[in-house]
Amino acid sequence: MSYLLDVRYVTKVYTAGLLSRERITAVNNVNFKLNSGEIISIVGESGSGKTTLAKIILRLLPPTSGSVYFEGKDVWSIKRREELRQYWRQVHGIFQDPYASFNPMFKVRRILYQALSLLDENERGDPEGLVREALKSVGLQPDALDKYPHELSGGMRQRIMVARCFMLRPKLVIADEPTSMIDASTRAGILKLFTKLREENNTSIIFITHDLGLAYYVSDRILIMYKGEIVEERTPDELLEKVEHPYTKRLLSDVPFLYRKWS
Amino acid sequence: MTLLMAENIKAYYFTRMGTIRAVDGVSLGVDKGMVLGVIGESGCGKSTFINTLMMNIRSPLRFIEGRVELDGLVISEMSREQLKKDIWGKLVALVPQSALNALMPTMKIRDFIVDAVRQHQDLPKEEIVGMARRRFEELNLPSDTLNLYPHELSGGMRQRAVIAIATLLNPKLLLADEVTSALDVSTQKQVLNLLADLRKRRIIDSVVYVSHDIAVVRQVADKMAVMYAGKVVEVAPTEDMIAKPLHPYTTALVNSVLTLEPEVRKRELSYLPGEPPSLINPPRGCRFHPRCSFAKEKCETEEPPLVEVSEKRLVSCHLF
Ligand SMILES: Nc1ncnc2c1ncn2[C@@H]1O[C@H](COP(=O)(O)OP(=O)(O)OP(=O)(O)O)[C@@H](O)[C@H]1O
Ligand SMILES: Nc1ncnc2c1ncn2[C@@H]1O[C@H](COP(=O)(O)OP(=O)(O)OP(=O)(O)O)[C@@H](O)[C@H]1O
Ligand SMILES: [Mg+2]
Ligand SMILES: [Mg+2]
Repeated sequence: MSYLLDVRYVTKVYTAGLLSRERITAVNNVNFKLNSGEIISIVGESGSGKTTLAKIILRLLPPTSGSVYFEGKDVWSIKRREELRQYWRQVHGIFQDPYASFNPMFKVRRILYQALSLLDENERGDPEGLVREALKSVGLQPDALDKYPHELSGGMRQRIMVARCFMLRPKLVIADEPTSMIDASTRAGILKLFTKLREENNTSIIFITHDLGLAYYVSDRILIMYKGEIVEERTPDELLEKVEHPYTKRLLSDVPFLYRKWS
Repeated sequence: MTLLMAENIKAYYFTRMGTIRAVDGVSLGVDKGMVLGVIGESGCGKSTFINTLMMNIRSPLRFIEGRVELDGLVISEMSREQLKKDIWGKLVALVPQSALNALMPTMKIRDFIVDAVRQHQDLPKEEIVGMARRRFEELNLPSDTLNLYPHELSGGMRQRAVIAIATLLNPKLLLADEVTSALDVSTQKQVLNLLADLRKRRIIDSVVYVSHDIAVVRQVADKMAVMYAGKVVEVAPTEDMIAKPLHPYTTALVNSVLTLEPEVRKRELSYLPGEPPSLINPPRGCRFHPRCSFAKEKCETEEPPLVEVSEKRLVSCHLF
């Protein structure tokens, strides 16, 4: 059986500074696999390399070494434009701050129409219908289409990002801190949308977050990232029963609980 | 014994867009030795409220009505000069929401401390720095921090320094506004440990701890108050509120928290439909009614008062 995504020995070294002397190993020899319909989370502290890894998988940033296979094909061997469009249609990224990823001058309609260009020609028959259908899927009214991003609340902007996923119905969604900017009660609604996406389309999802509670709630598997490396991989149940790496242990002892008070 | 009593506080922002009723009739008390947690979603008025507790009112905010009594003094009737001279820093201190970024980048921590203390007390520089050094040592914070610039400190260290500085004159009450929100969990815990240490050493007596993160607040608070759209909708001892929230808004908040607990993973995620209400034109009747699944006709017209429904439990909802 082949995996949907197979990340093999991926390393990324940034060279910073004018003379490129300073080298930062942001991602170090990362390996993991993902099946269709599976939800995993990559959890790690700030600077652990999560966003860098996401960009490599999304084919936005080349790795220094290692490869990424999607449905058995090395994504960094893709050269043709048409093939690349196909890849980005199947593997969709949602980034940290939705405000920053929207052009503030564009209305929501235009933002959503941009995503249509990733669809195959025969799928674009009724663009306005597709856009409205996607909005409905994320619980927004059509009047949102004529608004600018700044006229929407943080939660609504997040919904627009997810609406794109409902238009494209990709095989894999990589969501980088999709909910860090919004309140818990709003966040829960967004998470429901992601699980609906999987139920309807068997979409695989990678959540990238520093929130272990979120990871625990939504994932089939949790990968702990520390200083560029995946140091531990657990199911949610295992996470509470047996963890080995000292960093995971520290993380677990520091997260606040709702039903228990720290001693 | 009550340390702080706030009664029917109304504080509004007067802006070109209209009058924002950020705090609209809130009454709350803080007992000596107690930590009061205040929770609620973004924009519900938490920061405005915590500022009214020390009468830190600055345009466009205006104190409309209400009474704040702190340690037997009616501070809501004092002038800003008097508050600065006798109250702030000494009786009550605030760590504001943006404190982490508010330190002047060109000032060393020690100069910042001297400046802060001199707002309230005229002491020689050396004496203030000596005081600060002893205090940092007492709290196990590296005292060479004093000679550094803010950007040379990690986020967690900076936040702990800000708290140590705010409490240098041993205020009875510390008002902490989202002091852990921008930090990762491990750094969060260091800051919470510092607060516990300050209380254990009797440097401070009581704390009002404002945050949107319920799991954090429940770790520190003896009593919790829930704010919604400028009002307090529920007050209860922490354990009671978590175990059995009464107000439908509190229930939604508690059930939307994701923590590493089997009981959390098993339950259905609850979330609120709709958007937070405008504070310029808040909904009539109960402000929560447009998003409430239990709303009745009465809720649309009649505002529910905050009433005691059982021992130490207050709730403002027509269901009770
Ligand atoms: N373009 C870049 N050039 C040089 N260094 C970079 C670049 N982008 C990231 N880094 C560095 O690589 C490391 C990993 O960064 P990355 O953004 O991947 O972390 P992250 O886990 O996503 O952090 P966060 O939780 O804060 O988003 C950090 O040390 C960062 O400073
Ligand atoms: N200086 C100001 N001028 C005008 N309006 C303001 C000002 N400060 C706050 N407001 C408004 O008052 C209301 C309450 O704001 P406040 O900052 O007290 O909320 P909060 O609960 O602390 O929110 P957050 O969780 O985002 O910190 C909001 O509608 C806000 O936009
Ligand atoms: Mg990142
Ligand atoms: Mg605030």
